[in-house]
Amino acid sequence: MSYLEFLAEFGPRFVDGSVVTAMQTVLAAALAIAIAVAMGLMRLSRSVPVRWFATVYIEIFRGTSLLVQLYWIFFVLPLFGISLEKFTAGFVAVGMNLGAYGAELVRGAILSVPKGQWEAALALNMSPAKRMIRVIFPQAFLNMLPPWGNLLIELLKGTALVSLISVADLMFESKQINSTTFLSAQAFGTALVIYYVMSRFVITPFMRWLERVMARKMGRA
Amino acid sequence: MFDWRWDFTFEILPRLLLATVNTLMAAGAGYAIAVVLGLVLALAQRTPYRALTYAVRELVEFIRSTPLVLQIFFVFYVGPQFGIRLAPWTAGMIAIGLHYAAYLSEVYRGGLESVPKGQWEASLALNLSPARTYFRIIIPQALPPSLAGMGNYLVGIFKDTPMLSVIGVAELMHTANAIGSESYRFLEPYTLVGVIFLAISLPTAALIRVFEAWVRRQLGMS
Amino acid sequence: MTKETLSDFPLELEGADVPMVRFSKVTKRYGDLTVLDSLDLDVAEGEMVTIIGPSGSGKTTVLRMLMTLETINEGVIYVDGKPLTHMPGNGGLVPADNRYLRKMRANIGMCFQHFNLFPHMTAIENCMEGPVHVLGLPKREARERSEELLEMVGMADKRDQHPSRLSGGQQQRVAIARALAMRPKVMLFDEVTSALDPEVIGEVTNVIRRLVAEHNLTMLMVTHQMGFAKDISDRVCFFFGGRIEEQGKPEDLFGNPQRERTQQFLSAVKEAS
Repeated sequence: MSYLEFLAEFGPRFVDGSVVTAMQTVLAAALAIAIAVAMGLMRLSRSVPVRWFATVYIEIFRGTSLLVQLYWIFFVLPLFGISLEKFTAGFVAVGMNLGAYGAELVRGAILSVPKGQWEAALALNMSPAKRMIRVIFPQAFLNMLPPWGNLLIELLKGTALVSLISVADLMFESKQINSTTFLSAQAFGTALVIYYVMSRFVITPFMRWLERVMARKMGRA
Repeated sequence: MFDWRWDFTFEILPRLLLATVNTLMAAGAGYAIAVVLGLVLALAQRTPYRALTYAVRELVEFIRSTPLVLQIFFVFYVGPQFGIRLAPWTAGMIAIGLHYAAYLSEVYRGGLESVPKGQWEASLALNLSPARTYFRIIIPQALPPSLAGMGNYLVGIFKDTPMLSVIGVAELMHTANAIGSESYRFLEPYTLVGVIFLAISLPTAALIRVFEAWVRRQLGMS
Repeated sequence: MTKETLSDFPLELEGADVPMVRFSKVTKRYGDLTVLDSLDLDVAEGEMVTIIGPSGSGKTTVLRMLMTLETINEGVIYVDGKPLTHMPGNGGLVPADNRYLRKMRANIGMCFQHFNLFPHMTAIENCMEGPVHVLGLPKREARERSEELLEMVGMADKRDQHPSRLSGGQQQRVAIARALAMRPKVMLFDEVTSALDPEVIGEVTNVIRRLVAEHNLTMLMVTHQMGFAKDISDRVCFFFGGRIEEQGKPEDLFGNPQRERTQQFLSAVKEAS
């Protein structure tokens, strides 16, 4: 079977898988961003219990493996009465894991805003919330965009693990095709190239574009 | 507590701890490959041959932007298609070693680029050989800024070893899966795996920071 | 670097008065910018030549090309009568290979504006690195030589300190000792006082004064300190636009400059200080 014939026969399944992978990526990214902002801010809170909670969350999710977390959420959580359907369990696990890494980016970016900005906001008598939303966070946001680009690629790669709980993503489809055809190089090679294209030609250009737009908006371009 | 059974916990703990040894061996072997191969990938991008630089750069990008679990499958299954049969351990070490070599090459590259240009010029002015310049002047200075990244990826490779279970390497995750399917109990094995990972990765991360400070002092750079 | 064979340059300089350094029609370009424009410059053995001029006039490039830190676009540099970055071949001069370059580089020592000491080595280790690992001296001998030189630059008591513990002036003195430990025939000083605090400049210039007074080294120096240049130079070259605009004995060039650009430069420098 030539590679073209292979593609003609299995192309639609690669497309289906890619769509599921894209959906997992987008949903996991949304969750990761929400968690990252929440946990990152909580890490900077003045309240000790709040800070402590965020620290424990971050250390647990960064200290263990995504695969362990995924299995735990899918196989163990139902014992606690929380049953997630496999598609949901997939992006929840990936989002919670990468959110912990993102929290450290948020924290670092907020701390990197010069002290003078905090003082100037204080001098204008802004409330702490106003100060964070109007002054500090917009500047921090710009600073953390480049590392978020890398994190989103890690997130995309992380979604490949959801195939292990049978979510029919790109990884899952390529494994299925491999086990019926034994054309491993074609099956896995095609999937590798698709993941590469998604990272290098979708996520990276999107993040660069976002960096440019935000920089221009904030008068730094 | 939530049907947690301590007798079962203590029954499976020895098996899991034994598998932990395998996990640590996998992480250690994979890291050893990555440390050396990463240096090769980094130095290969510093030769005067543009085409080589470009090719290695693309390879590193490719490896970094595709999932490790897929790379593990690729290495394990593609061999037999062409008559090369790799044992799960061999395939796993190749895949994970290569994956992290790509990451470490970026760490090394950053470290090498952080060494001021004047250090190269002074080495040349003293007529030091290129090998001596690299090993005695540049790499010792590139090392301290690389250590944090190297440490992160040591912990990273350790946390990625569960992916080796997909091709049947008998590490922690594989063992926990086996226990689960034998006993239909998932709570204890998966939780224990998480606890073991935490118990190893958190102190390791702390130790790495201590080691980093120690190296800086040894080199008289703090 | 020119790839073709150069045939209109001698393979070697011969005769009684061969200069220690000769720039022969040397041109250096960065893209469209010509930094050195067909430069001719001879420096005799034991001579101290200072190069002054506005920034961008190519003065530092002269030293960097002598140290082979920069490639050469046109012309040939001779050191001790032999071409520096070319070697005989193919019936003329061809670009030198690495072995030839390393042999020629042994003739030259250099001190940098930012010292460039190796931060992970102590003062004496910095000095011993070259003698032991390039010249192949036994450690004991290299240590004696380095201690002597550190003594000369007044840094013997700091020999076991890392550079991070030393002031700028102290680092520069160690850097001078390090370069001298290689026993070069030509020493290059590239703005060695420019990165120093004013109060420590004297400790470095005094070391160079001693070198000039007590040793018969050939030296080229780029500096912004006109008083210092006037005191110790045998000859001063004023660079402008990649060429030597004017050169002469320090008392002539500083006391009675002939060219308008030299006069402008010197009066601008005087006003600034």
